[in-house]
Amino acid sequence: MSLDTETVLTVSGLTVELPKGTDRRHAIEEIDLHVGQREILCLVGESGSGKSVTAHSVMGLLPKDQLTAVAGSIRLEGEELRQATEDRLRDLRCTRMSMIFQEPMTALNPVMSCGRQIDEVLQTHTSLDQPARTAKILDIMEQVHLPDPRRLFSSYPHQLSGGQRQRIMIAMALVLDPVLLIADEPTTALDVTTQAQILQLIKDLQERHDTGVLFITHDFGVVAEIADRVAVMQWGRIVEQGTTEQVLKRPDHPYTKMLISSVPSLVPRHRETRRAEPVVLRTEELAMTYSQGGMFQSKRSVVAAQDVNIEIRRGETLGIVGESGSGKTTVARCIARLIDPTGGRIYIDDDEIARVSVGQMRSHRRRIQIVFQDPYRSLNPRRMVGASIIEGPMNFGQSRDAAVARARELMGLVQLDPDALDRYPHQFSGGQRQRLCIARALAMEPELLIADEAVSALDVSVQAQVMDLLDDIRIQLDLAMLFITHDLRVAAQVCDRLAVMSAGKVVEYGDAAEIFANPSHEYTRALFSVAPGRDWTFGEFLTD
Amino acid sequence: MRRLAATIPVLGMVALFVFLMLRMTPGDPAAVLAGDNGTPQQIAEIRETLGLDEPILVQLGIWFGDLLQGDLGQSYFFKKDVTELILLRVEPTVALAITTLVITVLVAVPIGVIAAYRHGTWLDRCVMGFSVFGFSVPVFVVGYILIYLFAMQFKMFPVQGYKELADGFWPFIHRLILPSITLSVIYIALIARITRASVLEVLGEDYIRTAYAKGLPNRVVLLRHALRNAAVPIVTVIGIGVALLISGVVVTESVYNIPGLGRLTVDAVLGRDYPTIQAVILVFSGVYVLINLLIDLTYSFLDPRIRY
Amino acid sequence: MSDLSELRQQTAGLVDAAASADAAARKLSIWQRLARNQSVVIGGAVMAVMLLVAIMAPFLGTMDPAEINPAWRNKVPGTELTDTAADGSQGWVYRMGTDTLGRDTYSRVIYGTRVSLIVGLSVAGLSIAIGLVVGLISGYVRWLDGIIMRVMDGLMAIPGILLAIALVSLSSAGLDTVILAITIPEVPRVVRLVRSIVLSIREEPYVEAAISVGTRLPLLLIRHVLPNTVAPLIVMGTYIVASAILVEAILSFLGVGIPPEIPTWGNIMAEGRLLFRIFPHNILFPGLFLAVTVLAVNMLGDGLRDTLDPRLEKRM
Repeated sequence: MSLDTETVLTVSGLTVELPKGTDRRHAIEEIDLHVGQREILCLVGESGSGKSVTAHSVMGLLPKDQLTAVAGSIRLEGEELRQATEDRLRDLRCTRMSMIFQEPMTALNPVMSCGRQIDEVLQTHTSLDQPARTAKILDIMEQVHLPDPRRLFSSYPHQLSGGQRQRIMIAMALVLDPVLLIADEPTTALDVTTQAQILQLIKDLQERHDTGVLFITHDFGVVAEIADRVAVMQWGRIVEQGTTEQVLKRPDHPYTKMLISSVPSLVPRHRETRRAEPVVLRTEELAMTYSQGGMFQSKRSVVAAQDVNIEIRRGETLGIVGESGSGKTTVARCIARLIDPTGGRIYIDDDEIARVSVGQMRSHRRRIQIVFQDPYRSLNPRRMVGASIIEGPMNFGQSRDAAVARARELMGLVQLDPDALDRYPHQFSGGQRQRLCIARALAMEPELLIADEAVSALDVSVQAQVMDLLDDIRIQLDLAMLFITHDLRVAAQVCDRLAVMSAGKVVEYGDAAEIFANPSHEYTRALFSVAPGRDWTFGEFLTD
Repeated sequence: MRRLAATIPVLGMVALFVFLMLRMTPGDPAAVLAGDNGTPQQIAEIRETLGLDEPILVQLGIWFGDLLQGDLGQSYFFKKDVTELILLRVEPTVALAITTLVITVLVAVPIGVIAAYRHGTWLDRCVMGFSVFGFSVPVFVVGYILIYLFAMQFKMFPVQGYKELADGFWPFIHRLILPSITLSVIYIALIARITRASVLEVLGEDYIRTAYAKGLPNRVVLLRHALRNAAVPIVTVIGIGVALLISGVVVTESVYNIPGLGRLTVDAVLGRDYPTIQAVILVFSGVYVLINLLIDLTYSFLDPRIRY
Repeated sequence: MSDLSELRQQTAGLVDAAASADAAARKLSIWQRLARNQSVVIGGAVMAVMLLVAIMAPFLGTMDPAEINPAWRNKVPGTELTDTAADGSQGWVYRMGTDTLGRDTYSRVIYGTRVSLIVGLSVAGLSIAIGLVVGLISGYVRWLDGIIMRVMDGLMAIPGILLAIALVSLSSAGLDTVILAITIPEVPRVVRLVRSIVLSIREEPYVEAAISVGTRLPLLLIRHVLPNTVAPLIVMGTYIVASAILVEAILSFLGVGIPPEIPTWGNIMAEGRLLFRIFPHNILFPGLFLAVTVLAVNMLGDGLRDTLDPRLEKRM
């Protein structure tokens, strides 16, 4: 449908050089792509693939001293941008081409009211007078469905939610009706519900204003939702390009195939039930209330979790899913006793650990281990990874030799080279570090393993491997696992049972397969109904 | 309001230190207070008024009580009420501090912003070089070099001395220029540095990229977006730098022979005049804390996220 | 299912390999990076020379810095001594002139280096040691934190030089008193730095991981928290050396520091003040030494900061 319309953006042979001394010469190499009127082109790839560099090149926003375009051309409505002067580019920005960014929290100036930030665009690029500008701003704020535009006009960004801020960004970008909108992961930092709304908004506005959109994402669910055409990037090159239908259903390039097949399915895997095994973890009325304030301040308290009753049997994975602020991580941290719960009881086997003192807790520590979200901060950068792995067992009296021998075994188990124990964390990639963290946890021979968003920071291909690894380990070692995630796809693949949390409470709790098939609580239903790409089955081509 | 409440314990703590300082030293505080040429009668008198035979907590109470009434005690060295003594010396010091502050802000903020904007160029390196230099050359050396050059060689300014504002504006300001420049060197170094660092940090923020993506000219991005957001740390350091200013005042007034609070401090120390030393410390610290309180209160104008 | 996982293994291996190569490529050793930093090299070299001067003072063509020669008062630099000095030597050249008592300024400046460096290094050592202990306690023992921080706020509210002057004036002046008096105002800054590091490090997942594997508090501090304070404290220590040298000079200059017969840069200048209009050399030479030394230490500090931890710029 796009080929017969006019092209707004044509990029051909674009190559951007990296500064000397980096491991590869080009950030992007010979990029060819085009975006037509009313068309959404999704540029998809994993981190470091060069998709953001491509977007910033078009806007002329590359950091000057680090990245330079050395070859190729960028044409916006036929006008060559690579040779354009800085003044010309400035004139084009927000009038013919606009850009919105990933982090709505930081992309707006915190000390300027939202209305004024949009007004700046009009002041710079038009000669409208104040009342005309205000009218235009209120109109665009209406169009992006911001509630009560007059009030938000004089509000500051911190008074708005993430979704509202992204709407302000979109209003700012579209107020002058540009022909091209570049969206750099605009929904990645948002919860699924908000994400769905923003995606819908971009689609609506783009159709109404005939805007061409270059949409950058790493998420194939989003691609499936929004794209007309897709370009897949790997290591600075476009490896495959075509209509959404083509690329998602009949990918050609092996990398594309691998990426798509790594997208976890929303249909839960079939798993045998474990109802006969003994219960490893049980919580009763677990509650956590944070209170702030001191001597001179009035106390404010925030209920992060309440009335949480869950149990996990040996060999079973319980998933806690929910959006940010739902309290899922608080529950995990309470169970690991990294924070002290303010109410309720936690039983490991039959030992109550919610109220024991720090000293008594120490003897229970080895029974519960946790793997965190951020692989780059989970290992002490100054210590060799081997030292991190044997730290725990040696704390409990194991000899160094025995601990090292065990660490070597574990390295094998997590599919890493046992000889790599004397390397430092920076010598490992994110996925490898996450494996090291798993090895460190397993060295304690825990009964319960908590994975707190443990695969969320990883690229989709690596994510799939770590998920598989966790599942293998659970089966091999007959572990109980508590899996915290915001990602329904991940949850569908690793969890036997599911607890859905919202606003600190468990709203639905039961077998994962059952919940995915027949969500009973309205929140769960709402959550499932907005999961991006829910109507697609990824990786069908493999079984064809 | 919360901020106001937080300064009270700080001031209390300062007063406590000043009180303890004297009591913790070995020897008879009354004898120490009377100074080197105190008569036995004076010592007995002091003992009486301070209640030195009472338990230490009672003494503290008496001392605090006097303090709250604005009674800073008697100087046995200058033979005067300390409060009166201080009031006599306030004008030169305030004049010197204000001119220094004005010079500093007018010079330091612009060069800091330029250095940040031209990050990595020779201009930036010059500003940073000056900044390290300003930190390293002691105030009095700067003072004497300036006197040597501009007062003795070029005869542009009087060498030393002070004229009150009441004697006319020109003589007043003419004698303040060299001392203020002297005093502002280290302060400029500090503020230029923090301005550069803060603006540089803000320039890396996402909303600066947004501002560029809107097609705003560089000047607007730099001033309206970057400097506005860097204002809080800059203003904070201007406040913290007042401590530097106070320390500098003590030295500068000695170099230029200005009869202000700084000179009073040095004279008091040389004369072992403890009531005056205590009082000067209290006054300077009080002013310092209050200035920083005022600065904290301006935050809510500079940054809408901060509310009290 | 099998070809799916095979596919994954092939391509994903590549992804990981590329990422780890990238991580390895950007690591140079600390020493290499320090050696490449101009400020570190220049500042360090000047400091090394100063240290050498301090140690070798008696062998650098100096005479007794305290020796008074009334016949040769207020001589300009370069004046030659023609009669016999107390130690019997002849043909002495007053390279930097003499002061109002006829002491050799050159010898006094050279010996002054000793005092300045001793003061700078001891103040830095002492304040870091005290600050580290207090800061760790404050960061880890929550109930003490409030009290400690109030005391520190109180100390910080008194401008440093004033506090030092007051402390010196209370007891008899001497090197040890001066060192102590300069140390006390520096301590709160160290405490705050250490505390802020401790508070941010204890939130790090790797520290929480260490807690979950049952590492006890003392080990936790030594293994995971203390190493993070080393770089900032080295940098801060360097700055403290610079500021302590300056403060000592100021105290001596004002006449409230180390007793005037001991040759320190500040004392020489204090002595030279009176006749500055006629004989500026007694201020200029020690002033030059002082400025160069402090400049070198500050450059070293900046260089160390940029190499070890650039984020410290706004913390100090």
